[in-house]
Amino acid sequence: MLERTVTELSALLACREISAETLTHEFLQAIRQRDPQVRAFLHVDESGALEQARRVDVRRQRGEPLGPLAGVPVAIKDNLCVRGQPTTCASKMLQTYRPPYDAHVISRLRQADAVLIGRTNMDEFAMGSSTENSAFQITRNPWDLERIPGGSSGGSAAAVAAGEVPLALGSDTGGSIRQPAALCGIVGLKPSYGRVSRFGLVAFASSLDQIGPLSRDVTGAALLLDAIAGHDPRDSTSVNRPVPACRQTVEQPVRPLTLGIAREHFEAGLDAEVEQSVREALKVYESLGAKIAEIKLPHSKYAIAAYYLVATAEASSNLARYDGVHFGHRSTEHQDLIDMYCRSRGEGFGAEVKRRIMLGTYALSSGYKDAYYLKALKIRRLIHDDFAQAFTRCDAIVGPTSPTPAFKIGERITDPLAMYLADIYTISANLAGLPGISIPCGFTKTGLPIGLQILAAPFEEEKLLRIARLFERATDWHTRRPKLAELPGIHEPGR
Amino acid sequence: MSLTAQEVQWVAHLARLQLTEAELETMTRQLSAIVAYVDQLKQVNTDGVEPMAHALAIHNVFREDEAAPSLPAAEALANAPQRRGDFYRVPAVLD
Repeated sequence: MLERTVTELSALLACREISAETLTHEFLQAIRQRDPQVRAFLHVDESGALEQARRVDVRRQRGEPLGPLAGVPVAIKDNLCVRGQPTTCASKMLQTYRPPYDAHVISRLRQADAVLIGRTNMDEFAMGSSTENSAFQITRNPWDLERIPGGSSGGSAAAVAAGEVPLALGSDTGGSIRQPAALCGIVGLKPSYGRVSRFGLVAFASSLDQIGPLSRDVTGAALLLDAIAGHDPRDSTSVNRPVPACRQTVEQPVRPLTLGIAREHFEAGLDAEVEQSVREALKVYESLGAKIAEIKLPHSKYAIAAYYLVATAEASSNLARYDGVHFGHRSTEHQDLIDMYCRSRGEGFGAEVKRRIMLGTYALSSGYKDAYYLKALKIRRLIHDDFAQAFTRCDAIVGPTSPTPAFKIGERITDPLAMYLADIYTISANLAGLPGISIPCGFTKTGLPIGLQILAAPFEEEKLLRIARLFERATDWHTRRPKLAELPGIHEPGR
Repeated sequence: MSLTAQEVQWVAHLARLQLTEAELETMTRQLSAIVAYVDQLKQVNTDGVEPMAHALAIHNVFREDEAAPSLPAAEALANAPQRRGDFYRVPAVLD
């Protein structure tokens, strides 16, 4: 049951081949057996999940209409507010925080009758590319337990890859859904900026953050996107435009199809095996009738520098709310109010969060704002214009998601710049607001997954998913599973 | 460009972050490296380029001014590190 796709699970549930309660039991059992090695979950809501599942079963029994995710377990990244449940952002700052409301996407999952099974580990406040910045635990890549799962949605990606849950939600500010999806051999989609309401997503960089699905296959991602997309008056940046039914159209090929490839995506720093897999994927597309067009993204080499100024500037402002007054950690010792702020924040935040608050504060400070923050916003415009130009010549841009496969735990943690380079191909989509997906496209000789990134013009998720599905249908990379020992372990969340 | 420990200490003050001596030293080194990296943006001619703060052309969004229930005080205060009655408790702001 654990190896089935979401479509198959939904069909089995619909014809009562299996009850939602039994299915939830199976995934809870998988978490107990596998998560002591993978450590993807921070909190598992066993009783709550079973209760939700039983409610779905009762309503199905009565013949009541049910939502599109009825009885399907979904894991939630720990930066999405769930009323009354721990929502820590993997930070000591929010260790005891319990939100008094549901995020918009959580309300939508409840309306879709999904089963919320637990909270997944992440880099603290979504700042990182390896999930090593969690204050609570290290999550391991199910394909090689010595390696990182990617980040910042590393817990969500590892949980799906390990078969502990069929679907998960993540958030993507610079690649935080796509990069861990690539490194864990699953599908991860970052929607267009504005497609999904950010209400109840703990803010990192508000002009870049977007919530999206992680799944074993493209169809599952389409189903979960359909459930969460759409306008919400509580997020003024969520766009009021019709939401396509991606699940309904995902099997339709795009014809004619022109795929853009950028030389900038194949330059120094790209691992040879990753490059080979991506080039083979392009051949698969050509064999399916796609035309390949060379496009230029001349400013993409400045994307990381621009991103780390824009994202940290916004973060320094967003994270100013953690002052030890309204919620979050408060230092027990302090001389006055300012000292209380400084100590509470110094104690509550981890190293990477402090580094980014500092960089952002510096970039916005008097005398430096024009040279750094405003300069970065101008480069952002040039990156955006490069894409607008490119999409006049192609339906989508295809390339590697990550320059390398999963690296070893500890390998880059002391070198922030080396860590930032993990996001080199994913960051531009956030700056330009594009939808992007990572799908499995191969493995290294040592058995590590490789991801193919496809980017489309804003609000073209439907076309993006159809293009992704076209490749998936012609290949079997997405059907591979990591081999994990089945331990009789008892789940011990990290706190 | 390189940052001095004094500059980093000033930024930490602006950010209301207490740093230990060891953190200050590491932060000075790492921030200097990151700032040297982002300095490459200066190579790009951006004369006449409009800064882009947002991926969407954002306009003010207004809603009808209608009264609606807000979060009850007890729920709003439930996560307060310290409270007294229906108030957040903080160290004295004025002497």
